[in-house]
Amino acid sequence: MLHTVNKSPFLNGTLESCLRFVSEGDCVLLMEDGVYAAVADTARSALVEEALGKVSVYALSADLKARGLDNLIEGVKVTDYNGFVELVEQHKTHSWL
Amino acid sequence: MSGGEVKKIMFTVRKAPHGSIYVYEGLEVKLIMAAYDADISVVFMDDGVFALKEGQNTKELGIKGFAATYGAMVDYEISKIYVDRQSMEERGMSEDDLLVIGEDEDTEEPIKPQVVDAAEIAAMMAEQHNILVF
Repeated sequence: MLHTVNKSPFLNGTLESCLRFVSEGDCVLLMEDGVYAAVADTARSALVEEALGKVSVYALSADLKARGLDNLIEGVKVTDYNGFVELVEQHKTHSWL
Repeated sequence: MSGGEVKKIMFTVRKAPHGSIYVYEGLEVKLIMAAYDADISVVFMDDGVFALKEGQNTKELGIKGFAATYGAMVDYEISKIYVDRQSMEERGMSEDDLLVIGEDEDTEEPIKPQVVDAAEIAAMMAEQHNILVF
């Protein structure tokens, strides 16, 4: 499964909800305001840090760059739009809109 | 739908019912999909659990309520309706607060949505051909 999250973890609980429903080996793609969850040393960093033991976490590079984010949690993989398409091709997707 | 295999389609409902059109639109899509030969399941999680609260009355909002349609879901042959336990409990709801979605053909006992844990929902998600989000 691929789970996409596009909401800031500081504004609502979408990422937390998503992470309650992931299975071992699933992928989580952070996009749009969701990429704020990929940043290290924030009040919400623990969400992704803990999830990395169970799932792969990706962050969309265009959204990171647009927001000036580069201090990412170790283990988060940065992907571009082509990588996004590949993830969607490889998995069933649930969008946590 | 073509092909031999019956498609497994899950709907997830995560938004509260009356603040936006999502839940209502989702219900319409479910009823349309029910006309096809698909294996449909519906999961209410996060604020979506509010859509299953019994006793909703939208009269003073001046809009037609749709809780009654949810209450007839089994008539549309959609019987796999699940509620995430944690979402429900966090919002102060218990199984008693859930609306009746149909009645058993033989015993006429009321049927309520089935309360399940996140792990069970995650396992069901993995089995689906498609998941539609409302």
